[in-house]
Amino acid sequence: MATQDMAVAEPFLSMQGINKSFGNIPALIGASLEVREGEVMALIGQNGAGKSTMIKVLNGFSRKDAGTITVNGAPWAATSPEMAQRGGISTIFQEINLIPFRSVTENIYLGREIKTRFGLLDLKAMQAGARALLAEFDIDVDVRRPLGEFSTAIQQMVAIARAVSFEARLVIMDEPTSSLDDTEVGVLFETIRRLKAKRVAVVFVSHKLDELYAVCDRVTVMRDGRTVAVSTMAEMTKLQLVATMLGRDLAEVRRAGATAFTEGSRAIGEELLSVRDLGVGRRVRDASLSVRRGEIVGLAGLLGAGRTETARAIFGADPHEKGSIRFQGKETDFAAPADAIQAGIGFCSEDRKHEGIIPGMSVRENLTLALLPALSRAGIVDEGRQREIVLRFIKEIGIKCSSPEQKIRELSGGNQQKVLLARWLCMNPKLLILDEPTRGIDVGAKAEIQRLIRKLADDGLGVLMISSEIEEIVEGSDRVFVLRDGKMTAEFDGEAITEPAVMDAMAHAHGEVA
Amino acid sequence: MSSTTQNAPSPVPGSVGSPPRGGIASLLSRRHIGTIAALIALLIFNFIFTPHFATMQTLSVNLTQVCVIVIVGVGMTMVIATGGIDLSVGSIMAIAGAFAPQIFQGMLFPVPNLYVGIALAIVMSITIAGFFGLFNGWLVSSFRVQPIIATLILYIAGRGIAQVWTNGDLQVFKVPEFQQIAIGRVFGVPFQVWIMLALVLIAAWALQRTVFGRQVLAVGGNEQAARLAGIPVRRVKRLVYVISGVCSGIAGLIVIAMNSAADANLIGMGIELDVIAAVAVGGTLLSGGRATIIGTLLGALIIQLVRYTLLANGVPDAAALVVKAGLIVLAVWLQRQDRA
Repeated sequence: MATQDMAVAEPFLSMQGINKSFGNIPALIGASLEVREGEVMALIGQNGAGKSTMIKVLNGFSRKDAGTITVNGAPWAATSPEMAQRGGISTIFQEINLIPFRSVTENIYLGREIKTRFGLLDLKAMQAGARALLAEFDIDVDVRRPLGEFSTAIQQMVAIARAVSFEARLVIMDEPTSSLDDTEVGVLFETIRRLKAKRVAVVFVSHKLDELYAVCDRVTVMRDGRTVAVSTMAEMTKLQLVATMLGRDLAEVRRAGATAFTEGSRAIGEELLSVRDLGVGRRVRDASLSVRRGEIVGLAGLLGAGRTETARAIFGADPHEKGSIRFQGKETDFAAPADAIQAGIGFCSEDRKHEGIIPGMSVRENLTLALLPALSRAGIVDEGRQREIVLRFIKEIGIKCSSPEQKIRELSGGNQQKVLLARWLCMNPKLLILDEPTRGIDVGAKAEIQRLIRKLADDGLGVLMISSEIEEIVEGSDRVFVLRDGKMTAEFDGEAITEPAVMDAMAHAHGEVA
Repeated sequence: MSSTTQNAPSPVPGSVGSPPRGGIASLLSRRHIGTIAALIALLIFNFIFTPHFATMQTLSVNLTQVCVIVIVGVGMTMVIATGGIDLSVGSIMAIAGAFAPQIFQGMLFPVPNLYVGIALAIVMSITIAGFFGLFNGWLVSSFRVQPIIATLILYIAGRGIAQVWTNGDLQVFKVPEFQQIAIGRVFGVPFQVWIMLALVLIAAWALQRTVFGRQVLAVGGNEQAARLAGIPVRRVKRLVYVISGVCSGIAGLIVIAMNSAADANLIGMGIELDVIAAVAVGGTLLSGGRATIIGTLLGALIIQLVRYTLLANGVPDAAALVVKAGLIVLAVWLQRQDRA
């Protein structure tokens, strides 16, 4: 075979025209993915772009609605991850799905134990096998010890070794580095190179651009359920990568007007919140930002850059290890959200369903959840006042519900979000932290919410807004801070807030050349 | 708007839902209709087929039998509303029951007269029960021990404490003044039934109308969201276990008052499962977030009435157990239908 044939050879994996819907919501629309033998393919995209669905369709976790998948030229029809594994495609999930209390050996041989003539487990043979297998990856651990005693990196290596021992020809790694430190990432990359040397293909999902350039050969970019770009890593700059992911054409300078944000009245007051050198776990290493009365401050960054973690730490939902938070000129360290609320801060989580609404409760109760203590006398809820306030907000911000007694879970996403906004607005807060305030909301309600946020800021509220939608950040913010890998890398003000500038800061660290 | 908005017409067009009303009637929601219908059907069946059913005697017997279960059920419903469970109720009953006679009989310290002794016995036993409940709540809220494991500790140790305290002896007493709390009658109905009704009404009202009650349901409905809305989740959880302990303490006193004896080996033995069954049949969601105290009362009444009906019509008690299990299955099935 000539080398030329290699380049145009059938890809090992080919997924073409994949469609998949959940209910009425399409998750994949004609998506495609091709991976060659011995190639490391990066798979990237924003939240909801369809990466996970693509992986699930491939490993048999979900069934595709349409499209073809071939592996080694033959049609592929795995109906479960176990079947996919036997067929040569293994998935290493972000959360390692092995059993921490069982030994390394048992985990490696889970489901295909070596047995003696009498049907008992042949521990000796299995331990020897496990040792030999791990030695291939230069891992020297006591295989008799429970897996959970080892570091996450080692656990991940064991998962990979297990995958390879199934004669895997393709290993899918879903954000494998999210819980690893720098040295551990190095070990993982070495492992990936070894897999490559064995002609094993790898699909690598990560949001950290540097990692993609360090270990991947090619990249597939997904957006809104479609495959929007396939390229070698070398032919794509970080900025192009980010622009493609966000759906932005660099050549075209976008005009304003994609969102309902209008120019603010610019009556910006004194400083409300000041965060310096904040550190939270692994995700946030050095975040600094400030919010003034009457302004919307955008917090931009790629997925995993530490935006939500920063917001939660400010609100007292998670503890922070380092740095200082000053609110209204006073050094603060909120031990719990209740303290932050007391001080005049509200927080709308990005995860409306799990961290926002109480699904079984009514609109009335969800709206006044935080206000309840103030609405009561001697612990008894003043229902007259409660109803008055609820009706006022339903009217003022246009919550569409059959009555205040309707269960919030029956409302649309946009109306749920309005109830959650009202939950804070009725508290008369000074600062509102909004994490992805318009995610999963239809266009009409989205514009309404954006207008509302602008109006609130004009009335003197300080707003810290996290958004993955670049136009929302650029058009909605009076100032923008950009987080990258847990560090604050840039601040933009007024005219300097442009899509290319913000995207550039999201893709590169300060001073770094593309 | 003035504070009289309660009856003011709704200013929002299309607002058709029923506004919350005051009064006891509103505690009975539409949810209970099925349960009440079942109860009425049982009653009608009995009025027709069971001899001597429509007598004060039968009413008293049946109410007395469910009293203890319902009283413990009040606390259990609160605990389950937060998504927890309390297995230690029977053991806490035993502790309160073992402790009280020693106080009013002046065995622990001299009491000036019987009435002071009885008052002290009641207050101290219930307080102790509350502290054991606090221990449960502390494990669950501060150490995040799973409720079933946390309360299993006192389920085992609590009865042990009661037995050691009494050397495992049966304490027999004859103190009618104390026993009034169980067997005394007001308007012909045993006093314990009045205690039960009072507790049910207070708790049902508190769950609906107080900040604490709503916070209990919010914690059970979505703990993460509740915390982010500033609800003191840990305090709420601690408190529901204290309430469960206090209810168990009251129930323990009623049991010894009925028997005129305290047997640490037997007080409240196995009651936790009967109580949980009543809570489930009553329509409280075992995963938390939706709870009804009135439902627990109705659930306990139905279970009792089914058992009574079967016994009175010659079906052995062993067979009645199977029917009871069937009721629980039916209740769980109905809950699932409701959620779908």
